[in-house]
Amino acid sequence: MTGETDVMWLDEHRLVTLAELVQVSGLSERELLELVQGGAIAASGSGAGGYTFSARVITVARTACRLRDDLELDVRGLGVALRLLERVSELEAEISQLRAQLPSG
Amino acid sequence: MKYTDYYAALGVERGASADEIKKAYRRLAQKYHPDVSKEPDAEAKFKEVAEAYGTLKDAEKRAAYDALGSRPEGEEFRPPPDWARQHGGGNAQFSFDDVDFADLFSRFGGAGGGQFGGSPFGGGGSRAIPGQDFEVPVEISIEDAFKGTTLELNLTLTERDPSGQARRVPHPVKARVAPGAVDGQRLRLPGKGGKGTNGGRDGDLYLDITLKPHRLYRATDHDLYLDLPLTPAEAALGASVEVPTPAGAVNLRIPAGTSSGQKLRLGGRGLPRPRGAAGDLFAVAQIVVPGSLSERERELYRELGETAADPRRHFGEGA
Repeated sequence: MTGETDVMWLDEHRLVTLAELVQVSGLSERELLELVQGGAIAASGSGAGGYTFSARVITVARTACRLRDDLELDVRGLGVALRLLERVSELEAEISQLRAQLPSG
Repeated sequence: MKYTDYYAALGVERGASADEIKKAYRRLAQKYHPDVSKEPDAEAKFKEVAEAYGTLKDAEKRAAYDALGSRPEGEEFRPPPDWARQHGGGNAQFSFDDVDFADLFSRFGGAGGGQFGGSPFGGGGSRAIPGQDFEVPVEISIEDAFKGTTLELNLTLTERDPSGQARRVPHPVKARVAPGAVDGQRLRLPGKGGKGTNGGRDGDLYLDITLKPHRLYRATDHDLYLDLPLTPAEAALGASVEVPTPAGAVNLRIPAGTSSGQKLRLGGRGLPRPRGAAGDLFAVAQIVVPGSLSERERELYRELGETAADPRRHFGEGA
């Protein structure tokens, strides 16, 4: 067993740059910028250093990369798929919240 | 190693054209892709399909695969001695020890294959190739999410030796997860995926956290819900009752006139957040009526029933 490793939380408290997102997601800078401009990926900010993103976006961008590679989707198709997946995820969270409030059994 | 029938995995004949193979892959990939599919075992089925397509879409790999002959699915076999050399696998001695069936074809042909395939189909040469990223689902208890935990994962990765031959190697990882993980939380361990080759960076390991069902608590984000059984008397008159929380039992005051389904909030008694206030614990009142009554209880309930207000009086009110 290797030494104990602290994990990086992919949440809204950690920011990543566009260059980092390109490196870890497998998407190209052009593809990511198109997804940001199309509203499928949300940037947390933009300044002189370029766009920054919540680390939560890493998961979304990696999903986009898998869909691109495995289903041969273009950027427009990816944009639609990501929006629908986000909607599914929101609805699942809502269902989970409502279920938690129901008595068990 | 065990033989895998790639044609059967894609549902095509052995003589299928490249176009037929591509169409079959597209159809199955859309059905089973783990990011979009709700089919049972979608990920395992997609891996089979992606592995089959990764080999059959490439003419060289397909020829090497076909040269193994047609065998029953799962049959134990070893490729013929000259098989690797005859099919472009190089002149180096090709060992089949510790090699998975999918790894057999990784030396042939060009690039391809998805991230879920578990089999890097990259070429050899001196090009820097980043290590493979891995996503691993991990289930932890609510107690571990509350106090933090160390995960000991025993993964198996595909690595290449200097001659480019793929090999399965054990890859133990110990990861410290701080308190506050919730269902759906993603964690990244940079550099803990597959080893890069020719100076390529090591891949990353991603952990997808889910919380195990708990006998008492139901978690939603950082909040917890707990069924709180109350006697009719406790609910009607109010009471102080002991309720469990992940940090230990606390006393909760039940206000008089509590109805079933009413939620009583214990602020900050849910799961901690890595930054910011902890979630809340909600005790959901459940008024429990005894299944059998003693004669005395029956008498008292009758007496109560005679004076109780009608809870259905609004049924008769107009629209």
